[in-house]
Amino acid sequence: MRQIDSDFLALPLRRLADAALQRARDLGAEHADFRLERVRAETLSLYDARLEGASDADDLGYAVRVVKGGTWGFAAGIELTPEAAALVAEQAVRVAQVSAPINREPIELAPEPVHADATWVSSYEVDPFEVPQADKVALLADWSAGLLKGADHVSARLLQVKEQKFYADTAGTTTTQQRVRIHPSLNAMKASESGFDDMSTIAPPVGRGYEYLTGTGWDWRTELEALPLHLAEKLAAPSVEAGDYDLVVDPSNLWLTIHESIGHATELDRALGYEAAYAGTSFATFDQLGELVYGSPSMNVTGDRTVEHGLASVGYDDEGVLGQSFDIVRDGVLVGYQLDRRMALMKGLGRSNGCAFADSPGHTPIQRMANVSLQPAPGGPDTEELIAGVERGLFIVGDKSWSIDMQRYNFQFTGQRAYRISHGKLAGQVRDFAYQATTTDFWQSMEAVGGPQTYVLGGAFNCGKGQPGQVAPVSHGCPSALFRNVRILNTVQEGGK
Amino acid sequence: MTPQQMVEKALELSTADGCVVLADEQSTANLRFAGNTLTTNGVARSSRLTVISVAGQGVGVVSRAAVRPDQLADVVAAADAAARDARPAEDARELVSGAPASPSWDEPVPPTGIDVFADFAPALGEAFSAAASGGRKLYGFAEHTLTSTFLGSSAGLRLRHDQPTGRLELNAKSEDLKRSAWTGVATRDFTDVDVAALDSGLARRLDWAKTRVDLPAGRYETLLPPTAVADLMVYLFWSAGARDAVDGRSVFARPGGGTRVGEQLATVPVTLSSDPAADGIACSPFVTAHSSGRQSSVFDNGLPLSSTDWIREGRLEALLQTRYSAELSGLPVTPAIDNLIMKGPGEGRSLDDMIASTKHGLLLTCLWYIREVDPQTLLLTGLTRDGVYLVEHGEVVGEVNNFRFNESPVDLLGRLSEVGGARQTLAREWGDYFTRTVMPAVRVPDFNMSTVSQAS
Repeated sequence: MRQIDSDFLALPLRRLADAALQRARDLGAEHADFRLERVRAETLSLYDARLEGASDADDLGYAVRVVKGGTWGFAAGIELTPEAAALVAEQAVRVAQVSAPINREPIELAPEPVHADATWVSSYEVDPFEVPQADKVALLADWSAGLLKGADHVSARLLQVKEQKFYADTAGTTTTQQRVRIHPSLNAMKASESGFDDMSTIAPPVGRGYEYLTGTGWDWRTELEALPLHLAEKLAAPSVEAGDYDLVVDPSNLWLTIHESIGHATELDRALGYEAAYAGTSFATFDQLGELVYGSPSMNVTGDRTVEHGLASVGYDDEGVLGQSFDIVRDGVLVGYQLDRRMALMKGLGRSNGCAFADSPGHTPIQRMANVSLQPAPGGPDTEELIAGVERGLFIVGDKSWSIDMQRYNFQFTGQRAYRISHGKLAGQVRDFAYQATTTDFWQSMEAVGGPQTYVLGGAFNCGKGQPGQVAPVSHGCPSALFRNVRILNTVQEGGK
Repeated sequence: MTPQQMVEKALELSTADGCVVLADEQSTANLRFAGNTLTTNGVARSSRLTVISVAGQGVGVVSRAAVRPDQLADVVAAADAAARDARPAEDARELVSGAPASPSWDEPVPPTGIDVFADFAPALGEAFSAAASGGRKLYGFAEHTLTSTFLGSSAGLRLRHDQPTGRLELNAKSEDLKRSAWTGVATRDFTDVDVAALDSGLARRLDWAKTRVDLPAGRYETLLPPTAVADLMVYLFWSAGARDAVDGRSVFARPGGGTRVGEQLATVPVTLSSDPAADGIACSPFVTAHSSGRQSSVFDNGLPLSSTDWIREGRLEALLQTRYSAELSGLPVTPAIDNLIMKGPGEGRSLDDMIASTKHGLLLTCLWYIREVDPQTLLLTGLTRDGVYLVEHGEVVGEVNNFRFNESPVDLLGRLSEVGGARQTLAREWGDYFTRTVMPAVRVPDFNMSTVSQAS
């Protein structure tokens, strides 16, 4: 198991925390927490096997959050001295004072056991920041060159992040954590007489190290060899006929539908209206907890912050709450929400389930998504068996375009490729497809979920939410699944052509 | 050390063939509220130093936050080493030179803080009280940011830009949350924000929504207000990179090769432009590029920016360029600029005038969750939000359900039947990233509402 980097531990973490928390106490804060973060991100972009852009950036700073007189106050700074940390604590108290005239709900937090001197490191083997940039560029260039044999243009990207956090609060919790994530992706584009199209890899972003590119966790050779063939077939494919189809959806596509229509819809801050002016609310309102029929009886969804290699997995959240697993939908019924400490107490739900997260030292923690996953059916079918149960349908692979309304009812998704299903067998790709549905109709139409052998952990680095805008990494596991009678659009016809 | 001193020292330390240093100093303050009460708030300060070293045709970029003077040599050495190890960069060009130093180069950095809301916060508190007594709940976000960027280079550039950016987004809902209305304003300092007047405008719209009319999906004559036009045109702007057009992979690619520059896109003579000196939406007058990409080149840092027409009188005039892409496309060097202005023949025509001349149509408030469906046509999908109103014989007669749309902004330009007067507005969706826009309301005779959304 990897250790937390010594140069992060060498920062004056406890001295700054002590200075800030003591000043907050002296100024009468009921609660204060201190969070110091270093987030390093490197992005490499290649185009046609040549380096197009490289950036290697970090963010380093700390934040003090207080509750003073029942009102939040938050301030962030960058100077790593105890005096500066104390001043930032004063600023946080001042922010609470200026904000008091517009606060009508006193802030209280759900209790959490004290976690003293806790440490956590995510599961990875090779720190990508210890691999020379030239080696990474050479590997991506080699992969790109292979794809160029069957494409007009190839773009390749490699995103790598290392996140280090130190947290301390006035209750006595102190946590130090480090996690690494990586996302390689390649896209091949080709023009034909009828226009152009492209095809991207479906390898998901993961909470792993550089070993993900060298044989652990994904079979890159197989995917890259097949990609030009998939693209050639797509370019020659007929345009889809709009109408209602049965769908078998591959995990590489379904993770995003889960993210948008379940993950966001079961964030309690959305259900309570805190995101109403921006990201939106949720049809899954709090009064329906325990009653809303979200989907078919085969639908079981969990939230967790513990799964190995999950992008939202942590030891402790940004309010010092232990990472946990919990049910969101059980046998098709809504049974849980994602919480932070304030909302857990306010709604009488007991302990927070640990979903507070801030994406940088300059941002306040808000309720962010756990790894929200659709559970497979023990002993369930494989993907071919699901396809065999369809007379007329589509098999959809890979994510592409996505959009959903501000209450998470109406969505529209496309994919990297769709295959026509005829009499239980795949019958070649079609183009120009999108599926459109209402969330509960869609999940209630789920007739079957695949077995554990079809389960894949997908996800994204860049889930956006909140103001100021924050991005969060999150994984979603799911099996293949079968849906009946879903509306398929022809996107060319939608464009009026 | 001041950011100016950090820039000078970094340039001194670099042993590469060439070097560009960017120092960004930012301070920000924000208030967020929901249901007539505060939810989160904060102040933050950050600093970032980006060193771009050039060795032959290779380039190395290292960007670090909160760099202390004793760390500077390591940051510069890392960038120099990365440049020496790098493969040749395809966009490599001579560093920009010749621009005179900014007169304000030596002045201190002006910060913002929570006190920028000293007058606004009490006014917002009063608006909460007024809203509560009127049966409304207010939601929204106020943010003020000051960013100072210092650009120095081994070619002699010493350029500085101070950018204030502020915005208020205000959303009013009925007590049962079934009716919703939104407005947003961009501001440089919050002294010009009249929150009571904004709330009053939202109250009027919530009153319109007391009458509910359900309509099916279909194509409708539709009035898009400036904020909705901003969201569509900003996406078009972001998609107008010359490199993608030359490579045949965008809506601005000409089938068979080349770009569509010179082609008439709109029948109505609309002009889409950017101008760093535009009144009220002024932005950086020179290129700042922290990394190279499809639409940016670190070698272009410091290139002067000037007023640019992207579409003039309906004809595509220019695409977003780097010096490298300009050579590939054979077109002028027209880099991206951080504001966008659309004007047409309808100056003097207000949105109210356009409503008054509508026999039967829809009036939108704003668009949301806009995503690309097909890059070939720039087909976008998204939702209407916070009020779709039915207009009959020149008057709003009620609120209609929300819709999912599927439309291309490029195709829409060719179908506009009216363009109203332009005014400063805030894009509902992209206002987080692209705040400075001046847009008109437009009339589209057949806007494609693909399906009904149950969201309210």
